[in-house]
Amino acid sequence: MIAYGEKIREIAKKLLAEERVDLIIGFKQGTLPLMTEPVMIKEPEKTDQLYWSSFCSMNLANYLPKRKEKIGIIAKGCDSRNIAVHIVENQIQREQLYIIGVPCTGMVDRRKIQSLVDGKEVREAIESDEELTIKGNGFEQTVKKIDYLQDNCITCMHRNPVIHDELVGDLVEERKDPDPYDDVKEIEELAPNEKWELYSNLIKDCTRCYACRNACPLCYCPTCFVDEADPQWVGKSIDPTDTMTFHILRAFHCAGRCTDCGACQQACPVDINVRLFTRKLNKDALELYGCEAGLSIEERPPLDTYQPDDYDKFIR
Amino acid sequence: MSETVITREEIKEFIKSLQGSYEVFAPVREGGYHRFKQLTGDEAADLDFSNTRLSPKSLLFPQSERMFEFTLDETNEDSHILKETPKEYPPAVVFGIRPCDAKALRLVNVNFDNPEFTDPWWAKRLDSMTFIGLGCNDPCSTCFCTSVGCGPFHEEGLDILLFDLGERYLAKALTDKGEQLLGQGGFQEDADVDTRKRAGELKKEAEHKISSHVPTDKLKDKDLLNLFDAPFWDEVAFACINCGTCTFLCPTCWCFDIQDEVSKNQGDRIRNWDSCMFPLFTLHASGHNPRSEKVQRARQRFMHKLKYYVDKYGNGVACVGCGRCVNYCPVNIDIREVFKLMNEW
Amino acid sequence: MSDNPYLPYRARIEEIITETDDYNLKSFKLAFLNQEDEQQFHYTPGQFCEISIAGKGEIPIGIASSPTEKGFLLFTVNKTGVVTRYLHNMKEGDMVGVRGPLGNWFPWEAMEGKNVVVIGGGFAFTTLRSSIVFMLHPDNRSKFKDITVVYGARSPGLLLYKEELWEWEKRDDVNVHITVDATEDPEWQYNVGFVPTITEKKITTSENSYALVCGPPIMIKFTQPVLEKVGFSPEQIIMSLEMRMKCGIGICGRCNIGDKYVCKDGPVFSLAQLNELPNEY
Repeated sequence: MIAYGEKIREIAKKLLAEERVDLIIGFKQGTLPLMTEPVMIKEPEKTDQLYWSSFCSMNLANYLPKRKEKIGIIAKGCDSRNIAVHIVENQIQREQLYIIGVPCTGMVDRRKIQSLVDGKEVREAIESDEELTIKGNGFEQTVKKIDYLQDNCITCMHRNPVIHDELVGDLVEERKDPDPYDDVKEIEELAPNEKWELYSNLIKDCTRCYACRNACPLCYCPTCFVDEADPQWVGKSIDPTDTMTFHILRAFHCAGRCTDCGACQQACPVDINVRLFTRKLNKDALELYGCEAGLSIEERPPLDTYQPDDYDKFIR
Repeated sequence: MSETVITREEIKEFIKSLQGSYEVFAPVREGGYHRFKQLTGDEAADLDFSNTRLSPKSLLFPQSERMFEFTLDETNEDSHILKETPKEYPPAVVFGIRPCDAKALRLVNVNFDNPEFTDPWWAKRLDSMTFIGLGCNDPCSTCFCTSVGCGPFHEEGLDILLFDLGERYLAKALTDKGEQLLGQGGFQEDADVDTRKRAGELKKEAEHKISSHVPTDKLKDKDLLNLFDAPFWDEVAFACINCGTCTFLCPTCWCFDIQDEVSKNQGDRIRNWDSCMFPLFTLHASGHNPRSEKVQRARQRFMHKLKYYVDKYGNGVACVGCGRCVNYCPVNIDIREVFKLMNEW
Repeated sequence: MSDNPYLPYRARIEEIITETDDYNLKSFKLAFLNQEDEQQFHYTPGQFCEISIAGKGEIPIGIASSPTEKGFLLFTVNKTGVVTRYLHNMKEGDMVGVRGPLGNWFPWEAMEGKNVVVIGGGFAFTTLRSSIVFMLHPDNRSKFKDITVVYGARSPGLLLYKEELWEWEKRDDVNVHITVDATEDPEWQYNVGFVPTITEKKITTSENSYALVCGPPIMIKFTQPVLEKVGFSPEQIIMSLEMRMKCGIGICGRCNIGDKYVCKDGPVFSLAQLNELPNEY
């Protein structure tokens, strides 16, 4: 996957030079190890900023809604699914996009690496195809990347871009793992009060900075329900009821649309596994409607269409 | 002012003994990171940390705070009348605060306690607190305190500064408040010349270890409008997702919102942290929004810290170089880069 | 103000006047509940208050009464948001809170001995009314030379303080030019035309003058060149700004333009001052 960087720069430069796109949305190298920064490039000579690593975890589809230009965009499997969702939801037109697909072997979880070294500062990270070497004051360690992938990458069933105009490398083998929802099933087994306790505990440190929402490509509403002041749906303090309302409602707004890209979890500054909210709904969407979000640019999300054979057991 | 040598064991006991007459707040590790918490029972401070994930500003300026309470019950003769929410301000000790965070409180104080208006809650809490700082022997690579008028052993805003000498601490009283508190410990051993020298070296070594430097020298003389109109803001802001991570983690961000919340007939006027990153921050009731675009909001944050504050208070930048925003910005927008852009523009 | 600058004074709504025929603007005459509060409440035209309604919140509103008018404070409120909508449904005798006076004021000292041109549009005439009443008061009138008022609204029914306007119009110690953008009223005896147009006709000199300008952005945009044409310097053009506010005392951080807080360093700014600030308002 390391070799992708060169290919990305080459494609981007060509697209801009030939004026086939107005701009490229990709990643540049971060100022910190284990980080990258989304970047927009407009001039062919600046394409050497483009970069690829196992830490390109943000979802670039987030930068698409309402843009008017012709855009070249780098897309992992999950990003491409969110692009598809955007197209279906009229946030962007397919014709505007030149999708540079990245067959993905998974993003490495920065937090897992940090807890591996017990919170000590990682000052340097060197990546090869399979391995990652991290260095800091008094330690140097080499690990297999596959052992430190983001949780969502471990269960990812769509590592290859579902739509693309060009690929930066050969397609990777999709995982055959039959069931990515083991953890959700465990929660489903809990008694209601245990579930409540689990989720209350999950969000107890939430500062309502909305990094999870804002990192999410699905959350493009001009005014989020949680910000709406007139009428005001949710209190603005850190009262647990309001915080829980925010998380639950946001998750429901993503039901049948979420691609489990993991951006919400990666963005959270206080390490909340926000995906525990969305994954249950992803599982329901799959089981009840046979829907996995963003696999096609024709199919509308299950909750904004009606089929006579839709699941209706909840109506009594 | 005294400089005393205290062993690790002694300081543990000292902090524990203070819990009788003070509320003691100290870093503890909970979940995957350190945070300031009030110590109760046998809980001990965990000083094996670089810094707390969230700054200690919330000890003085909680994220949500009740300001007033009222009843809407028309049969009550005080119906609709705001009354100050009863609060106590018991003497408190903030133990293990890093010098950068202590300086941040002084930078923020010029906002909350200015010649015209005093924010009563902030001022009373600040007054009730004694700050025992812990110098940083091992600053992170993202720390740039020495560039912004601070440092790993900076004394501003502290009452006592601790130098971690391994098995022992040198405790340097910096204010009368600090002197008085140290006096309560009954520590016998005054620091000898060698120990003081060792502490001085520790400070120099730590300053030397700071690898991150940002330029600030030209900010003051820059033309405000020229900086505001600089062409680099679009590039700086592109990746920004306008979340509140940087502002909420920042020790010098102080903006707040005021909201009324009512349940049945009882209500509270509450203030909550707010963020210039949020579009609603400046949205007029008419629908007009002076900062409707994300580039305007991102620019506001950096301009406020590195230019508006500088011009308004003549007190340097509103940044202590703690590196929290650098480390936790989900899209890696790095204020150190913005320092360079603004200073060199 | 009390020790706690966030704590409002208690006030009662004494009178409610519906100002405009679209019912969107009402004036509220408020009386302090406590004598001591009234005695320590000293304000100057141009300042504002936060009107506080328990359970709804606070809104910054310019003081429309003049300190020469004793016994009450007047606020004219446009129905736009949560608090103002609630306020519009309140009754005489209801209780509200008042926090202030807040912000700075028009440059009264500098304006002494000068001609004063007051230009207002729509509902942004509140602190201008305060200023006119203040200047016309027998104790103050001699401090100013010619006073000229240009005030306009979209239609006659949208003018504020109509009875007073007609009165002022008749006086000879103030030149009042009332205008509407358009009207089908055959009885209308004043000007028809936009404020900038009427200003261009009536204001022909900037000599020894100050202009106080308050109105919607579009009015200000077109009035400014008219004033500049007759020689008003940016220092002579004074404006009052609106901004989303919460604390009103320069602490909560949201109403800044550059390094100035509109609530505390403003709301009154000269055009010269604004020219040095980012155009972010």
